[in-house]
Amino acid sequence: MLTDIIKADLECELWESLEAVTDPELDEPITDMGFVERAEVIGSKRVEVEFRLPTYWCSPNFAFLMAFGIRAEVCALPWVQEVQVTLNDHCFGDEVNEGVNSGKPFEEVFAQYCDGANLAEVVDTFRAKAFDRRQEVMLLALQAQGMTEAEIVSLTLAAFDRITMHGEEEERQKPRYRDLLLDQGLAENPEDLAFPTWDGQAIEAQELATHLVRLKGTRINMEFNGALCRGLATTRYKEVEIGPEGPTLVDFIAGRVPPREDHATRR
Amino acid sequence: MYKTPDGKEIFVLDGHTHFWDGSPENQANVHGKQFIECFYAYHTNLSPQEELWEKPRFEKYSEDDIYRDLFVDGPDDMAIIQSTYLRDFYKNGFSSIERSSSMASRHPERFIVNGSFDPRDGEKALEYIHYMKEEFDITGVKMYTAEWNGNSKGWALNDPDAYKCFELCEKLGIKNIHVHKGPTIIPLSKDAFSVDDVDYAATDFQNLNWIVEHCGLPRLDDFCWIAVQETNVYAGLAVALPFIHARPRYFAEVMAELLFWVGEDKILFGSDYAIWTPKWLVEKFWNFQIPDDIAEERGVQLTDEIKEKILGLNAARIYGIDVEAKKAQLAGAPVQIAAE
Repeated sequence: MLTDIIKADLECELWESLEAVTDPELDEPITDMGFVERAEVIGSKRVEVEFRLPTYWCSPNFAFLMAFGIRAEVCALPWVQEVQVTLNDHCFGDEVNEGVNSGKPFEEVFAQYCDGANLAEVVDTFRAKAFDRRQEVMLLALQAQGMTEAEIVSLTLAAFDRITMHGEEEERQKPRYRDLLLDQGLAENPEDLAFPTWDGQAIEAQELATHLVRLKGTRINMEFNGALCRGLATTRYKEVEIGPEGPTLVDFIAGRVPPREDHATRR
Repeated sequence: MYKTPDGKEIFVLDGHTHFWDGSPENQANVHGKQFIECFYAYHTNLSPQEELWEKPRFEKYSEDDIYRDLFVDGPDDMAIIQSTYLRDFYKNGFSSIERSSSMASRHPERFIVNGSFDPRDGEKALEYIHYMKEEFDITGVKMYTAEWNGNSKGWALNDPDAYKCFELCEKLGIKNIHVHKGPTIIPLSKDAFSVDDVDYAATDFQNLNWIVEHCGLPRLDDFCWIAVQETNVYAGLAVALPFIHARPRYFAEVMAELLFWVGEDKILFGSDYAIWTPKWLVEKFWNFQIPDDIAEERGVQLTDEIKEKILGLNAARIYGIDVEAKKAQLAGAPVQIAAE
C-alpha cells in the first residue's frame, strides 16, 4: 500500500518533469499534445517512458530532439537511476530508440545518422519562433492593459516581473517567455529591456505595430500546425465503420488507443 | 460546374487530385502501409462525419469512383491528376502516369495528368522527362522532394541535378512545377519542412510556375515571405482547405495571410482527392466568409470574384485553358452516370 502511494507520488513528479519537454515545432509540452503514451516508475528507481507522434512520418529531427529531451528531464530527477525511452511506430523509431538508450550524448548519436552534421541551426530556428510566439502573447496583453507603444518597448525586466497577467494563456506564457529571454542571454539584469528582438535589438516605438504583424504570422502558423498535430494524434489508428446511422469513427486496434483521458484525470 | 445558391455557374478546376493504389496487395513494406495510413488519418481527422470512407475504399478506388466523386457528385469541371511514384514503398508505385493516363483516357476533356521524376536518377531522369512529354504530352509535374531513393531520404529543388531537369522542362514546355511542401522527411541534418529551396528555384527559373502544394504548411510563415517576392510562386490550398470544416477560424486566418502576402491571383483550389472529396469543400468554400476582425486586420476580403479565381480561373490561366471554350465543350459532353 505504502509502495503504491510512493509510486503514485513519483509518477506525479515524473509527469511534471515531462511537461518541460516541448515539441520544438509547436512550442507546446509533449504532455499537452498527448504524445506520451506511458510513463511508469518501476521499483522507485527505474523509469520507462513511451511516446508516439501523430504520424509515422513526423520529422525524425524533432523525434530525436524530443526523445533526448525526455531523457534529460527524467535523468534530472534525483531518485532516477535508470531510464528507458521508447518512440513507438515511427519511420526512424529503431534509430531513435537505440540512440537515446545508448547513453551516448545527443550530438554523437545524431551525427552518426547525418554525416556528422548537427541540428544547431534547426534548433535555433525553432527557438526563435517559440520566442516570437511567447513574446506576442506578452505584447498583446500589455497593449490590452492600456500601455502605450513607447512604454512597452522601454519596459525593463524588473518592471515586467512586477506586472500581473490576466487570462490563462497570458499567465502560462509569462514564465515561459521570461525563461527563454534569460536562457538566450537577451536580458540578464533587472534594468535590461524586457522586449528585445530575437537578434538582441531594441524595438522602436513606431516599429512595434510592424513587429507585431510578423509575430502574428508565426503564431498563426504554429497554431495551425498544433491543430493539425492534435487532430492527427487523435485519429491515428482509428477506422470508419458505416452502420445504419451512417459513418462513425472507431478504434480498431485493441490496446492501441491513446490513453490520454487516463492522463487527464491523473494530472 | 458549381452552381451558387443564386444560380451563378462557377468553373471549377481541381488543381490537386490523385488516382492511387495504396492497397495491401500493392504495399512493398511497412512504409507503404504507414504512408496510406497517414493519408487516412488526414481523411478521418478533417472530414465531416458524413463524408467519411471505410478504409478499403480509401486504399484503392475505381475509375468509376473517381469520375463520380469529382464530376457527377462533385462540382469539378476538370481535375489535375498528380503522379506520386513512391517506388520504394509500393510494388507498382503509388500513382503512376501510366495508370492515371489510362483512367483519364476515358474522359480526356476533363483531366490533366501530370508526370513526376526524380532528379537523383541523373541521365535517366532526363530520358524519362522526354518519355513523358512524347508519350503523354505533359504540361506539368509533381515534385516530391521527400521521396526516398536508395540511401537518399530526400532532395532539394536547387540541387544541381534538379536544375538540369528543370532546364529540360523549360525547353519542352513543361511549365507547371507542383512541389509538395507539406509533411515531409528529408535528410536528418536539414529542417525537414524548409521551403527555402523554392526561393532559389523560382528565382532561377522565371519562366516556370512553381505551385507550392499545401501552401508550404507547416511553414506557412516562411512560405508567405518567399511568395511575396517571387511573381511565379503559387499557393495550392490542398490540406489547408479542409480546416474550413474542422477549424474555420484557423482557416480564415490562413486565407487572410495568403490573400495578404500571396494575393488573389496566385491561390489555387485543390481537393487532394481522395483524401477529401470536392463536393463539400467547394460548397463550404463558396459559403465561407473571413470573420470581420481578421479581415479588417489584414485589409483583405474573400469576395465571390476572388473565390471564382481560386476555384478555377487561376489554374486555368497557368495551364492555358480557355475557360469559355472549355465550358462550351463540356456542355456538349455532360457527365454520364455509369449504369450500375
